[in-house]
Amino acid sequence: MATLAPPAPPETGPGEAARAADPREAASTASLDLFVTEADAGRRRLDLHVPAIHCAACIRKVEGAVRKLPGITHARVNFTTRRLSAEWEPEKLAARDIVSAVEGAGFETRPFAAADAAAGAPDPASRRLLKSMAVAGFAAMNIMLLSVSVWSGADGATRDFFHLVSAAIGIPAIAYAGQPFFSSAWGALKHGRTNMDVPISIGVILATAMSLHETLTSGQHAYFDAATMLLFFLLVGRYLDSLMRDRARAGVATLLKQSARGALVRGADGSTEYRPIEAVAPGMTVLVAAGERVPVDGTVLEGRSAIDRSLVTGESLPEAVAPGGALLAGTLNLDAPLAVKATRVGEQSFLAEVVRLMETAEQGRARYTRIADRAARLYAPAVHLTAFLTAIGWLLAGAGWHQSLVIAIAVLIITCPCALGLAVPAVQVRAASVLMKRGLLVKDGSALERLATADTVVFDKTGTLTLGRPEPAGQIPLSASELALAAGLAAKSHHPLSRALLAAAKAQGIVPAKIETVLEQPGLGLEAEWQGETLRLGRPDWVGADGASSADLLELGFRHGTAPAVRIGFTDPLRPDARAAIDRLRAAGLDVRILSGDRPEAVSAAAQALGVSVWAARQTPQSKLDAIAALTAEGRQVLVVGDGLNDAPMLAAGHASIAPATASDAGQTAADMLFLNDSLMAVPQALESARRADAQVKQNFAMAVGYNVLAVPIAIAGFVTPLIAAVAMSLSSILVVGNALRLKVPE
Amino acid sequence: MSNLFVLLPVALLLGLGGLAAFLWSVRAGQYDDLDGAAHRILNDDEPEDPELNKGGNQPK
Repeated sequence: MATLAPPAPPETGPGEAARAADPREAASTASLDLFVTEADAGRRRLDLHVPAIHCAACIRKVEGAVRKLPGITHARVNFTTRRLSAEWEPEKLAARDIVSAVEGAGFETRPFAAADAAAGAPDPASRRLLKSMAVAGFAAMNIMLLSVSVWSGADGATRDFFHLVSAAIGIPAIAYAGQPFFSSAWGALKHGRTNMDVPISIGVILATAMSLHETLTSGQHAYFDAATMLLFFLLVGRYLDSLMRDRARAGVATLLKQSARGALVRGADGSTEYRPIEAVAPGMTVLVAAGERVPVDGTVLEGRSAIDRSLVTGESLPEAVAPGGALLAGTLNLDAPLAVKATRVGEQSFLAEVVRLMETAEQGRARYTRIADRAARLYAPAVHLTAFLTAIGWLLAGAGWHQSLVIAIAVLIITCPCALGLAVPAVQVRAASVLMKRGLLVKDGSALERLATADTVVFDKTGTLTLGRPEPAGQIPLSASELALAAGLAAKSHHPLSRALLAAAKAQGIVPAKIETVLEQPGLGLEAEWQGETLRLGRPDWVGADGASSADLLELGFRHGTAPAVRIGFTDPLRPDARAAIDRLRAAGLDVRILSGDRPEAVSAAAQALGVSVWAARQTPQSKLDAIAALTAEGRQVLVVGDGLNDAPMLAAGHASIAPATASDAGQTAADMLFLNDSLMAVPQALESARRADAQVKQNFAMAVGYNVLAVPIAIAGFVTPLIAAVAMSLSSILVVGNALRLKVPE
Repeated sequence: MSNLFVLLPVALLLGLGGLAAFLWSVRAGQYDDLDGAAHRILNDDEPEDPELNKGGNQPK
């Protein structure tokens, strides 16, 4: 989870007062207030993500540190979601103090946005399902106790009494626990469709009505036990399905959010104020510190810097900007502070355009019918026709109205899709939970179904096939002592190339030199005095390397005293296992393509390294979307793998989609699945698991149908008693769930 | 036969008691942090402020 930590945790300590003037520090203090919500009795509430909590002692340390603060009224760690909820009295404490306390205890932390904090709490629908399940389970067990006595031979007044007690327990329980099914079936029928809930609702309601009639007329058979047990098993399936969605939602909420939610606005008199993003109007001057994301679309007023646009446009090279240059919201300011004039905000911004494209693209996916509902379309009419024909048949054969109806309802009960209702969720929940252990978050079951049928895969390049983090290209052309000096300079900067150099030096076992005063020249590089000589690390032309081209920013120059300057090249490397993963996808029969917003040279190099022949470069969000639409029109089922804001519309348009956890917010929202590890192997793993899950769902359907083939003739012949119905139903459900548990995830 | 009239209500009441306890525990958030509960049992020191140690996850 280390990659999920914030890039630059706000530091605290003795230097705080000295750095208060730093706009970046001011911004992080002010922005914290955006995450604070109102609680009861004038208290404030803040939810913090503390990813490093992993043991009992951690819980105690974090809770202990926060509870020591004055004015805290509630502080509790949720270990499952790695979340600290704190409430306090605002007059005694500021939100900043709580973050400081957690960081003082040695834990990195960042706040949850209000929307994500809500996502961590269990969904009310899940709780409702859990309660329904408890009620149905209670009713089924107690009625079963009474039914066992009836089956064992209780008759006469005792049987009637037991049936009456069963009705008293069963009818309220069915009225309460059956509601999720009744309302869904009614919704489908109102629109002239059927789904799995229609035969379930009809079966349960008819069985209850008939049993009530039998009870009141001292009949022999009542099916209250079957009706409640059916609901219980089906609710288990529903609850599992809902639990899977909840877990994925909570998982997505803990990912690092990229977009700025507020902006530091400079007034006409030079004063600065931190405003939420909605309160920024076009024409305002916004300050963007080095290392921050640009909060709004705008043009540069003051300052020169380099902008990393990889997450927004897919361009891997940082772009140099100067006054007059255009900026897009969500891009990262690398070098130096900028003053930006906001041009487009809210509805007109690039982000809003992408969101509109995403919404249009999603409509195609909304038309997808889940496999269980497709099965129900065939199943429901077949079952209802069988029951109807059974009644007609028995009437023609001379049986009375009453007997014919009782047998027809018995057919409906025995065919009620109990195993069918469990067949899909049991497998999908099992698949999702094993995938989650491998670092893959599946947002819902339909994602697995859609992924299983994919025949074409389209990759984005920057940040998806590549890591989106630069690394030195090849051997660093510096001696160990020089590298230690360069790393010592780099340690003082947040520039991604500096950090890459520092990481590479540390990986080689080199201890960075301790350099006390380092001067950062905005847009140029770092400079320091070392034993009477000048050290420089920065843009090659500034350092003095020959033939320097300022456009190629994926290069650093280093100079020690009067020695000739050395150039250090960087590349954005492919993810580990990228080639192996692509080969495995090809072996699985998928057509692999690349659509990237980057330069043709960069895309071509990546495509060649991966052996992909079909690729396109310089794609805009719209052209990516059009390409997916064209592939879909050819009848292909496209799996889209991408991360950037520019990929979001195509992620939404794809038949299925996967994004890395480092993706932009829009990308995370649009994708069906997220993978948390660096390795691209997650994609073939997800695909193969989805296919296995699909095969098992079909096995389960076969079992459920096989059960019906055996049981329906018995029911039509009129031999089904409540005992046979109960045994058949439990057995088929246990078989289906047992089969689902066999699922394993490929290596 | 007559003992049924005693035993049945007793059995049902016990069952209903269990159901009520379960529904209460769901509502009180007892299932929100199952992994945390497993770890918390190892912490034997109580927080100094008894107000903070009231059951349930949800702030009232």
